[in-house]
Amino acid sequence: MIHLPIIVFAATSSAAIIGGHLRDKVPIIRNVFVGFFEWFGELGLFCGRLLRAAITPPYEFGELLRQCDAIGSKSLPLVALAGAATGVVLSLQTRDSLIRFGAKAFLPAVIVFSIVKESGPIITGLIVSGRVGAGIGAELGSMKVTEQIDAMEASAVDPYRFLVATRVLACTLMLPVLTVASNFFGILTGWLANTLAEPISLRLFLEDGFKNMAFSDYIPPIVKPTVFGLTIGIVSCFQGIRTRGGTEGVGRSATSSVVLSSLFVILADVILVRLILTVWG
Amino acid sequence: MSANGSEYPIKLGNLQKAFGHQRVLNGLSLRVRRGETVAVLGRSGGGKSVLLKLIIGLQTPDAGSIQVADQEITDLREGQLNEIRKKIGFLFQQAALYDSLSVEDNVAFPLSRHTKISTGERNKRVRELLAEVGMDRDVRKMPSELSGGMQKRVGLARALALDPEILLFDEPTAGLDPITAAEIGDLIIELKRKRKMSAIVVTHDVQGARAYSDRMVLLHEGNIVAEGRFEELQDSRDEFVAQFFRYSSR
Repeated sequence: MIHLPIIVFAATSSAAIIGGHLRDKVPIIRNVFVGFFEWFGELGLFCGRLLRAAITPPYEFGELLRQCDAIGSKSLPLVALAGAATGVVLSLQTRDSLIRFGAKAFLPAVIVFSIVKESGPIITGLIVSGRVGAGIGAELGSMKVTEQIDAMEASAVDPYRFLVATRVLACTLMLPVLTVASNFFGILTGWLANTLAEPISLRLFLEDGFKNMAFSDYIPPIVKPTVFGLTIGIVSCFQGIRTRGGTEGVGRSATSSVVLSSLFVILADVILVRLILTVWG
Repeated sequence: MSANGSEYPIKLGNLQKAFGHQRVLNGLSLRVRRGETVAVLGRSGGGKSVLLKLIIGLQTPDAGSIQVADQEITDLREGQLNEIRKKIGFLFQQAALYDSLSVEDNVAFPLSRHTKISTGERNKRVRELLAEVGMDRDVRKMPSELSGGMQKRVGLARALALDPEILLFDEPTAGLDPITAAEIGDLIIELKRKRKMSAIVVTHDVQGARAYSDRMVLLHEGNIVAEGRFEELQDSRDEFVAQFFRYSSR
């Protein structure tokens, strides 16, 4: 399902290239198209049920907090490490380029802008896609194949309310927080790498970095991670809850959760960049 | 058959269910009396587990009527269906314990969601339920630390948590050694004596079902082909019934 557009394209073009046997390929192409639209149709129904579960009482605050801990605080070390690495790499790479163009004085601003507006949110989104997406896909998938989700429904507890809504909300709430942490470590290590080459005080680095930041520059680090979190939560819960076929199915769900979450995060990033530039300039 | 509503907590009429081209239930009708335990026998893949999932609303029938606790459930909304589900306990084939929760948390799960009792009372109730199934010494264990028989016992305690009127068992002795299977059978007899609930037990264990059921029904090709007590069915002249009981006594 992940590579459906590619499969559709490949199936169509290969059918045309082979030629002469197009009629034989029609059922295959039709099945791929049906599968593609079926996936989106099921996703639509899933989102409808999720929305109803999320906005109507009773609310599962205890489980939401547990998920915030599992998704937020347990992802923090990895996100901080990735953010820190980005800061160092960005500082080393950019410094060299800026020196060549005689614009070394812009280094703090370039680091801060790059991290806050783009690399912080996207790296956090992709890291969380990998860690949390796989976890949610595998956990819900395993619960599905061992009838735990059926058991919950049989106990008159809505699994969409207890399992899905809490995870999606936790992802949506935690991604901006994790992005702030990633940005913090990125800027800190960016300064460290810079100051090792040419000493500069942290205060001056931050002043230089943030002095040209306008209100609209703070929109991406808020909007993007929120949308990424929502995307990761929805996609990985959806892949998990529609698991079929025993332990093999659980593996497939975990993998497809990561791949699809990452894919949709990148896609959302492209759309959001365009949207933010259009709306806020 | 004369029936008033309260006499039959489960009434199934002309139930039909198919998965694609495979028809699993084909006009099945069944009534279960208050306090009666009915064992549903039949070949694997014959729609026995589907029957239980239809009764609790986990699946919907293609046609037919399902009345549980005097209410037709086929046209109920989710919230109304949940009210009916509170009256039903379901023991799944693999127990289906929540593997992220301990034994006591598994049993407390329905209580914490559907009752307003204090934590102290809830803990007391959980201990009582676990004592009833002989699992009160393993309350802090995780499901992965339990044997298959122990998981079934905990699953049963969880199914009993809301004091249901109806109990549904999906192959309660499947995959267990003969001694543990007999212990689970004894537990069903004990529950039946104490709680006087209506129960449907889907099973392949004919000898076990003989001990705890008041009536056996035999499913074949999506419908009931024979019903009665073990002794009556054993002497059946129907070829399938005779064959089923002949092989099960081997």
